[in-house]
Amino acid sequence: MISIQEQDFDQGAEYNSLRANADSDGAIVTFIGLVRDFNQDSSVSSIHIEHYPGMAEKSLMNICLQARKRWKLGQIRVIHRVGLIQSSEQIVFVGISSKHREDAFRACEFIMDFLKTDVPFWKQEGTPSGMKWVNAKETDEQALDRWSK
Amino acid sequence: MIQIRFFASLREHLDTASLNFEVNNEKTVADIKQQLVSRGEKWQFLSERDVLCAVNQTLTGEDAIVNDGDELAFFPPVTGG
Repeated sequence: MISIQEQDFDQGAEYNSLRANADSDGAIVTFIGLVRDFNQDSSVSSIHIEHYPGMAEKSLMNICLQARKRWKLGQIRVIHRVGLIQSSEQIVFVGISSKHREDAFRACEFIMDFLKTDVPFWKQEGTPSGMKWVNAKETDEQALDRWSK
Repeated sequence: MIQIRFFASLREHLDTASLNFEVNNEKTVADIKQQLVSRGEKWQFLSERDVLCAVNQTLTGEDAIVNDGDELAFFPPVTGG
């Protein structure tokens, strides 16, 4: 259900696997996050992601369990890459199946929103002036407000 | 004895990935952080910056109790995804 890995992933293979196990589900929603080639005021050639082994898996698992409590979900698959990733490569995959599309759409956004604020990953960007740690965005924290209603 | 771990920019600034720390009586995360800060100039970074903490790999507030054998971690706000 959850993978933290250095290697890239194949969206098609992940979709096929979700579909093969989506018994009587009517919807599959997938999200893929990519490395942007720019951020704030400089160009970005690559990123490096560090994580807290053990805790990253544990907190992702917890977020998925919270999503299961809120919506009726079938399959959940989350992949997050770590290590060196080049610009425009894939970083993160979230795939969810459910009986109806609304549950899968919402759960996908919920998982990404909490992944952004609660799961111990840290990003450095390779800029023309060297590797720079990325600062957390306040808007990521604010995005959680919609789930407390 | 507890293990304290540091990650990302915090680990780089402190030049420390982990250290062992003796806890004799009941202490909170805030107590331990205060003791670390008093170690010297570079450790003041811990109280100057926005720092998150986790006890046994679960995010907690600084009022959380730390027991012998626990794993405590300090790190900057996360930036995955």
